[in-house]
Amino acid sequence: MSDKRARMARDFIQAIPHAQALGMQLGDIGEGTAEISMAYDAKFIGDPVTGVIHGGAVSALMDTCCGAAVMSHPDLPSVTATIDLRIDYMRPATPGQAITARATCYHMTRSVAFVRAVAMDDDTENPVATATGAFTVEPAQP
Amino acid sequence: MIRKTPEPVQVVKQRRDTALSALVEGVPYAQFLGISFDRRGDELTAVLRYDEKLIGNPRLPALHGGVTAAFLEVTAIIGLSWAMLWEGIESGRIDVATLEEGTLPRLPKTIDFTTDFLRSGLPRDGYARAHVTRSGRRYASVNAYAWQDNRDRPIAQATGHFLMPRTDV
Repeated sequence: MSDKRARMARDFIQAIPHAQALGMQLGDIGEGTAEISMAYDAKFIGDPVTGVIHGGAVSALMDTCCGAAVMSHPDLPSVTATIDLRIDYMRPATPGQAITARATCYHMTRSVAFVRAVAMDDDTENPVATATGAFTVEPAQP
Repeated sequence: MIRKTPEPVQVVKQRRDTALSALVEGVPYAQFLGISFDRRGDELTAVLRYDEKLIGNPRLPALHGGVTAAFLEVTAIIGLSWAMLWEGIESGRIDVATLEEGTLPRLPKTIDFTTDFLRSGLPRDGYARAHVTRSGRRYASVNAYAWQDNRDRPIAQATGHFLMPRTDV
């Protein structure tokens, strides 16, 4: 069962062209949890003076990671889409370091999944950003 | 009363377009996503040029939610920066030539950003506008919305708070 879930989550991310474009790498997948990282790339810079990654790239990482957490939930939804996503930026990510997002789908109803996520660079004590979101849930086909 | 002679139209246009392109081209991530800006006076419309790499759901297909959120965030930051720089560019206090050389003033930083996804983004170009609701000395609040075929049917709306660059340093 957990193999099936991990495989589904892996297929899920590999099938997303934009996740590939951002070089996202899937880490651990659990029951309603997911970890995805994104290597530092000069193409994703938001502030050329400091070399800090654009918040939008962090948003895309968070959104993908939250979606993966929903898909890995034991209720196995067949498809999900973002209803809303809020990102709080605590500090700029350190240039040159990969950013890793960890998302937890902490509650799921028949139609909505509630997710929170945190993004970190090498300094895992101090998050770069946190996210909270609501996602649509389409129940698995019988 | 002596009225100043209005500047020639090409001087005005060149100054504004040069400043805008310096601002937009200075952001590598906006280039990566394929975002450009149309300008009419001081009004900006962001344009997201469709590309296969922006897809999040290949089965529908639909734009990645992260792309839509990022598009709105770029629109909001550029819109806020543009509003912040406009007076300086027009008065000549900000030298456009130095902007062109890549010396950009400090830009606002995102504190938080919330995106509502209203419709799935279709595999075609998208457009967005930002509105600075409040711009104070330290904080600013900005709304943005994005649409594709019909401006009355937005695909997403967003609101964000930004930390303004310090002017006393």
